[in-house]
Amino acid sequence: MSGDITLPQLLRRNSESFPERPALREKDRGIWQTYSWRRYWEEVRDVAQGLAARGFGPGDKLSVIGENRPRLYFAQLAAMSLGGIAVPVYQDAIATELAFVLDHAETSVVVAEDQEQVDKILSLKDALPHLKLIVYDDPRGLLNYDEPILESFAALQAAGREFGAANPDFLTASIAAGDPHALALFSYTSGTTSRPKGVMLSHANLLSVAEGIAAAEGIRPNDEHLSYLPMAWIGNSVFSLALHNWVGMTCNFPEKPETVQRDLRELGPSLCLAPPRYWESTLTAITVRAADSTWFKRRLFGFFRDIAERVQLCATEGRPVPLGLRLMRAVGEVLVYAPLRDQLGLRRARLVYTGGAPLGPDTFRFFRAIGVNLKQVYGATELSGVCSAQPDGEVDPDTVGRVFPGIEVRIDDDGEVLVRSGGVFQGYYKQPEESRDAVTEDGWLKTGDAGFLDRRGHLVIVDRARDVGKMEDGTALAPQFLENKLKFSPYIGEAVVFGDARPFVAAIIAIDAATVGNWAERHNIAYTSFQDLSARAEVRQLIRDEIGKCNASVPAPIQIRRFLVLNKEFDADDDEITRTRKIRRRFVAEKYAAIIDAFYREATNVELSAEITYEDGRKTMLHSTLAIGDVDEATAVADAPRLARERVPAAAG
Amino acid sequence: MAPQPITPAADASNEILLAATGVSKRFGGVRAVEDVSIAVRRGEIASIIGPNGAGKTSLLNMISGFYRPDSGSITIEGVDTTRFRPAQIAALGIARTFQNIALFGGMTVLDNIMLGRHVRMKSGVLSSFIYWGLAQKEEVAHRERVEELIDFLELQDLRKQPTSALAYGLRKRVELARALALDPKLLLLDEPMGGMNQEEKEDMARYVIDVNEQWGTTIILIEHDMAVVMDISDRVAVLDRGRKIAEGTPAEVQRNPAVIRAYLGAGGEGRGQAA
Repeated sequence: MSGDITLPQLLRRNSESFPERPALREKDRGIWQTYSWRRYWEEVRDVAQGLAARGFGPGDKLSVIGENRPRLYFAQLAAMSLGGIAVPVYQDAIATELAFVLDHAETSVVVAEDQEQVDKILSLKDALPHLKLIVYDDPRGLLNYDEPILESFAALQAAGREFGAANPDFLTASIAAGDPHALALFSYTSGTTSRPKGVMLSHANLLSVAEGIAAAEGIRPNDEHLSYLPMAWIGNSVFSLALHNWVGMTCNFPEKPETVQRDLRELGPSLCLAPPRYWESTLTAITVRAADSTWFKRRLFGFFRDIAERVQLCATEGRPVPLGLRLMRAVGEVLVYAPLRDQLGLRRARLVYTGGAPLGPDTFRFFRAIGVNLKQVYGATELSGVCSAQPDGEVDPDTVGRVFPGIEVRIDDDGEVLVRSGGVFQGYYKQPEESRDAVTEDGWLKTGDAGFLDRRGHLVIVDRARDVGKMEDGTALAPQFLENKLKFSPYIGEAVVFGDARPFVAAIIAIDAATVGNWAERHNIAYTSFQDLSARAEVRQLIRDEIGKCNASVPAPIQIRRFLVLNKEFDADDDEITRTRKIRRRFVAEKYAAIIDAFYREATNVELSAEITYEDGRKTMLHSTLAIGDVDEATAVADAPRLARERVPAAAG
Repeated sequence: MAPQPITPAADASNEILLAATGVSKRFGGVRAVEDVSIAVRRGEIASIIGPNGAGKTSLLNMISGFYRPDSGSITIEGVDTTRFRPAQIAALGIARTFQNIALFGGMTVLDNIMLGRHVRMKSGVLSSFIYWGLAQKEEVAHRERVEELIDFLELQDLRKQPTSALAYGLRKRVELARALALDPKLLLLDEPMGGMNQEEKEDMARYVIDVNEQWGTTIILIEHDMAVVMDISDRVAVLDRGRKIAEGTPAEVQRNPAVIRAYLGAGGEGRGQAA
């Protein structure tokens, strides 16, 4: 049972039950190197004893910062072995964000991947009174640093072995004394609305979720998982720490972020979790590559893609698939779908998940259509990551599936989804008031999402509860629903839709630089920069057509009437989007108030001065005049999707 | 296999690794290099700067054996190499990169770097044909070193890319990797940052420092970007119209009136840029 064991206890047990099975695999110098469960434990042991020798103890916090590397996992488990708490942070966070989290969490030890991260932490040293030790993994460039608080990972482990020789029973006793209900991990939420909040999770929280997934989805010890998502994202901790140790499966780490696609293909993992952003950009990449290939291949891909999507539509709607279509599907499997899955590294993927934000139904349908068992999971950091998934055979793009065994869900009077489970968090660190507000007296977590339960008992999420608005004429509007539809266009990178208390719907569009750039090249449109490209009349027309397509599939009142192509991408460094790539709607509305105002003043263009932040934190102002485009009303299609009719009123109720 | 890391440059022994004494080179009537003497100590980063046509590349070409000096002598670790051919110089552990990238465009990044290890390979034509046994063992060992360099220069995602398809800055990096594959004790870099944008320059400067720190490689650098030179060099020599007009630490050189006049422009305008 998940309630009576800690993560380090699990690791020890695994290392004794199957010492020689592969626990971790890391691609190093072009070759996959395996760490057995025994080696995994020995590494964690040495780090833990090293930390103990440096005075790290119960309740202390250790942060890891960097890409997925085995040593960063050793460090997290080592901290937990001593009764400490792991606080993974986003490796691409800019200095001020990082300083906030490390200071708020009172981190005393930081384990950093390389010189870049060490430099970042050292520059913040004075603002971090609790920081006592910085440990680095990759020594490159750090040989001549003369910083007393800096130590190499190897040196820490060597100190650990010495400590272990002098105190042979210390660590075993410390792990055995571990309390499953003690805090194990702080996961700082990306915060679409405010400062990051430190979500406190216990061993029991994390493992109850792992137990739920393992039971509902049949995760096996021989499953292979590729960990390449930000370590600070709760989804990664659930899969690569909790589920990994719970099931005893193998976690793999890519060589570097740029090689993920190739590493995926080499490995062919059986288990895969990625945020919607990944699936959207993968689909975009496929579409672009198809458009760039030869006439024959393009036609072949287009034809079989259509076949696959028609089969998929039949399946979701429960209609029988006509024989001819089934035959063509079989031909397509050989010619297109299987090779495509192989290219994507999903040839052996048994279970493929998308989570963290809703995925556009069309993207979802595409991957299912080509035979990828893509399923939506739903959860929240406050629920230790995941609480529901679509069972095999009951998958459709509209729902987030059934909650795992042992988890309860209900909808309150305002349409907000409430969940009660073993994963419900222990509160926000140092924020007792917010913690009380997040959970009802009888232990239900208020998710902040608006939704309902469908006939099969599947949970359907409509939008963030506070984002569902009403237009002037009373029509309910769930902006995210439209945004996801827009984002299905390969040319649209991000979209923000407005319309609450307004007479019509308008949208700010950020184009996808790669695809629009490619499109421009194919149409002999010269451009110099993103800014220049986004301002081209041809691009505006392209986006207008794309919006037209989206409009054709939604009821007239919520069709998009006006739009503006933004001259920059939404960027986490500008606070417009979170590090997990969720739009911070309110912030965007405030920042671009001038645009929204122009939309509804019926102006044809708008003066914009925006502040942009460079990677090193420098800021600069960008002045420009942007044109606003209008879209004609699309004839409302008779076959407006069930989604639009069913979901939106439900949310309004 | 890699040269043993030595103690950091700061307290390196004063042992002279390379000495050029009174070397001159003329091309017809053009005096490219005239009576130049420089001495480079083991473990340091020495830069040679100067306006266009000052003779920097000619000097480098003489050190690496591409040109023969008309007069003067060059010694490397006490061995007189004045009359050595390029291959003999390379065999001494001297590697270089070129101002205009000289990679094999159709070959992959990996193959280009492997090529850099050629002079270190011992198996002959026959055993290479048979491959199994000695040649295979040797190839594995060399590949390991090459992978170390790929890791060091962060080229992992480009291993199998033909170099002709790479961006300019990346090709420069591959060229550096190939030079490093020789495990050089002395590395000659001819404008490694030429034509790069600021970010690429900073990356390259980082790599140069890291190479020097990690393997103790002695480096002679020709570079135009004053900010970079002043930032990373232990010592700087200034050439002007074939003659050495100054030598010293970056700070000394920046203060030298002859340098300010000849190179940085009259009135010392360049100093702000160089600082």
